[in-house]
Amino acid sequence: MIRDITIGQYYPAVSPIHKLDPRVKLAGTLIFLISLFLTESVVGYVLATIFLAGVIKLSKVPLKFILRGLKAIFVILAFSVAFNLFLTSGEVLVQFWIFKITKEGVRTALMMAIRLVYLIIGSSIMTLTTTPNDLTDGLEKALSPLKKIKVPVHEIAMMMSIALRFIPILMEETDKIMKAQMARGADFESGNIIKRAKSLVPILVPLFISAFRRADDLAMAMEARCYHGGDGRTKMKPLKYKKHDFAAYIVLFAYLGAIICIRIFIG
Amino acid sequence: MSIKVEGLNYIYSQGTAYEIKALDNINLSIEDGEFIGIIGHTGSGKSTLIQHLNGLIKATSGAIYYNGKNIYDEDFKMKDLRSKVGLVFQYPEYQLFEVDVFSDVCFGPKNLGLSKEEIEARANKALQAVGLKEKYYKYSPFELSGGQKRRVAIAGVLAMQPEVLILDEPTAGLDPKGREDILNLIARLHDEKGLTVIVVSHSMDDMAQYAKRLIVMNQGSVQYDGTPKEVFLHYRELEKVGLSAPKVTYIMHELAERGLSVDVTATTIEEAKKSILEGLKK
Amino acid sequence: MSIIKAEDLIFEYKKLDDAGEVESVHRAVDNVNLEVNKGEFIAILGHNGSGKSTLAKHINAILLPSEGSMWVCGKDTKEEDDTWFIRQNAGMVFQNPDNQIIGTVVEEDVGFGPENIGVPTEDIWTRVENALKSVGMIKYRHHSPNKLSGGQKQRVAIAGVVAMKPQCIILDEPTAMLDPNGRQEVIKTVLELNKKEGVTVILITHYMEEVISADRVFVMESGQVVMTGTPREIFARVDELKSYRMDVPQVTMLAHELKEAGVPISGTILSVEELVEEICQLKSKV
Repeated sequence: MIRDITIGQYYPAVSPIHKLDPRVKLAGTLIFLISLFLTESVVGYVLATIFLAGVIKLSKVPLKFILRGLKAIFVILAFSVAFNLFLTSGEVLVQFWIFKITKEGVRTALMMAIRLVYLIIGSSIMTLTTTPNDLTDGLEKALSPLKKIKVPVHEIAMMMSIALRFIPILMEETDKIMKAQMARGADFESGNIIKRAKSLVPILVPLFISAFRRADDLAMAMEARCYHGGDGRTKMKPLKYKKHDFAAYIVLFAYLGAIICIRIFIG
Repeated sequence: MSIKVEGLNYIYSQGTAYEIKALDNINLSIEDGEFIGIIGHTGSGKSTLIQHLNGLIKATSGAIYYNGKNIYDEDFKMKDLRSKVGLVFQYPEYQLFEVDVFSDVCFGPKNLGLSKEEIEARANKALQAVGLKEKYYKYSPFELSGGQKRRVAIAGVLAMQPEVLILDEPTAGLDPKGREDILNLIARLHDEKGLTVIVVSHSMDDMAQYAKRLIVMNQGSVQYDGTPKEVFLHYRELEKVGLSAPKVTYIMHELAERGLSVDVTATTIEEAKKSILEGLKK
Repeated sequence: MSIIKAEDLIFEYKKLDDAGEVESVHRAVDNVNLEVNKGEFIAILGHNGSGKSTLAKHINAILLPSEGSMWVCGKDTKEEDDTWFIRQNAGMVFQNPDNQIIGTVVEEDVGFGPENIGVPTEDIWTRVENALKSVGMIKYRHHSPNKLSGGQKQRVAIAGVVAMKPQCIILDEPTAMLDPNGRQEVIKTVLELNKKEGVTVILITHYMEEVISADRVFVMESGQVVMTGTPREIFARVDELKSYRMDVPQVTMLAHELKEAGVPISGTILSVEELVEEICQLKSKV
C-alpha cells in the first residue's frame, strides 16, 4: 500500500500542463478546490468532471498512475461514505435492522465521495506535473509579499520541497524496516488496537533515527554546497509568465465564473 | 531438511505499465549444512529471491518446499518458517530499535511466545555466538560501531534459533578488517552450529574464499550454479553481465596462456600461491 | 604550490553529560600536518573511526580546528568571511548518495550549488550542461534521481560539485554504499576529472583497489597520519597496513605471499599484468 501513494511524486513528461508556470498550477488547484465546495448540483459536477478530465488528458500522466494515489485514502473514503450514508436523516429508501438509507444520505455520501476523490486527484495532478523545486519556487514567489511581515517564506518553501523529495525514500525505507522486523517474527496484523499500536514501535524507532540521520547529512551537504538561505541566491529556472500562462489563467477564471453561475442559477 | 524452489516466478506491479519480471523460473535445491554465495549485480533479483525463501514476498507462481512442505499451502505456518529461516538485512539500522543491545536481541524470541527464562537464555547464547563482549549488552545499539551493530543484528536473528541463516550483503560499508571479522564469524556459525548459510554478496574474492557453492543471478534467473571453481571458469561470460571473477582467476588464466603450467581453477590466494610455486619448479 | 595545508591540526569532540558539563573529550584528529599540491590525486585510507572523515570536513570548513589551522587555496578556514569562497573551491561529495541530492530532477540538483553562489541564470545552464557532460550523465538530465542506480546518483552528486567550478574535490567514502560496477563508474569519473580538467582530488576510502591510481596515499589511525607515500610504497608495507585494519589489493597480496615463499619478485606489484610479467620472466630465467 505504501508504494501506492502518488502525492508528492513527480511524473516526468512533456505536456502543456507540465510547462505551465507553477503559480498558475497553484492558483488552478486552489480554484478547483473552491469550485468543488461551491458545487452542489449535477450540472456543476459534470462541469468539474469535464474540467478535470481535460486537465488529466492534457497532462499526459496515465490515468492508472493518478488513480493509484486513491488507494491510500480508501479507508478514509469508505468511512466518510458510510458515515454519510447511514447517518443522514430524511426520506427513507431502504431499511434493514437498525440501519436505514435515506435519499439525502445517498446524495451526501455520493457528493462527499466525489469531492474527496476529485480533491485528491486535483492536488496529485499538481504535484505530478510540477517538480518540487518548481512548486517551491511558485509558492515562494506567490507568498513573497508575506516576507514584509517577517514570514520566512523561502525557508518554508525549501522545507516543503525537501519533505517532498524524501517522501518516496522514507516510504521505501519503511517497507524495508517492516520486512526486517517481520523476519524476526514481528506481527503487524493481529491483536487489538493497543497491541497493534505497540507493534509499530519497532518500525517507528529505526525510521525516526534514519530520518534524523538523513536530515543531518542533508543539512551538511547543503552547507557544503554553499547554501545560506535565500539571500543572494539566483535561479536556474526563474519564473516568468509566458503567453500560455495567461491563457491558462483565462480558462481558470472562466471555469470559476461558470461554477459560480451554476451555483447561483441552478443551485 | 532442505529448501526446494520450483518454477518460481515473481512479477512486480503486475498488470501495470511498470510490470517487471523480477524472478524468472527459478529452480533450486538447497541441502542441509550448505554454505552458499549468491552473486549478481544490483537488480539481478538476488534480494528478491532470498525474501521469498522466508516468505516475506509471495511468489506470483511456483512453489517453495521447506522440509518437504509447500510454504504456500494454506495450513502452513509462515511464522514458523520465519524463525527457521533467519534473514539478516543489509543494514542493521533497519532492525535495531530497543533501548539496549540485550533487549533488542530478545525481540525475536519474544515474538515466538517463549518464556522469559528461555528468551533470556537464547539472547545470551546468541550474543556469545557472535562474540560481542558482555559489557556492551547494556549499551544502546546506536552507540556501537558498524561492525558491532552488525553482530547484534545477526544475534537478533540467531536468537530465534534458525536452521538456515540468510545474510544480505553482511559486509557492506565495513572496513577491510571489519569485513574479514564478519565473514569469519559467519563461517564459524556454519562450521560449529551446522547452520545452512546463504550469503548475498558483491565480493567475488570473499565468496571464492568462503562459499562452497555459488549461485549467479542475472536478470531474474539463475545463470550459473556450482562450486566457485566451476563458476569462475566462466569469467569471460561473467564480465559480459557486469560481474567479474576474483583477480586471482585472471592471473592464473594469463599465466596459463603464457605457457606456465598452473591450475586455472585456483580462486583463492592460498591456492594460487601453491599452484604458481609448483608451476615455477616444473 | 600547495592548495591544501593542515598545520598541527587538532579536532576534539566534547561529550556533554546531562547537566551540560564536559564529560569526556575525544580527539578525532590529532596533530595532523599535511600538504596537497595543485592537481594531485590524493587518497586517504583508514578504518571506520580513524578520523579521516573528520579531517575531510575541515577542508570544506564544515568543521573548524580546535587547535592548529587548515589552509585552503591560501585562505584560513577560521576566517568567517572566506567560508563561502572555501566551500565553493573545495567541493565535497559524501557517502550516501540519497542524502546529498536536493533536487528532484537531475539538472535542478546540479544547478543548486551555482544558484547558491549567485551565478547568473544563463551561466548556470552552461555550467550544469558542462558538469553533467564531464561525469557522463547528460542523458539523464531530466530524470528523477530516485530512479538512478547508486553509481549514477554519485556521479550526479559529483556534477553538482563540478558545476561550482571548484579547484579541488573531496570525496568522503563515495563508494562505500555502491556495488562493484557503481564503484568503478565513480572512480573512473573522478580520475577523468583529475587528469583532464586538472581538478585536485582527495579520495577517502577503504577499498584498496581504488587507491592504486592515486599520486600519494595517506593512512590514518587514531586521528594521526601514520603512513605517507605513493601507492607502491604504501602497499609494500603489508604487515603495517594490516595492523591498521587495512588490507592490500589481492594481486599485491599474492605477490607478497610468493615473495615470502622465496620467489624473487622485485618491487611491489599493483596489477595483474605486472605480476604475470614478473612471473614469466622468472620462469624464462630458470
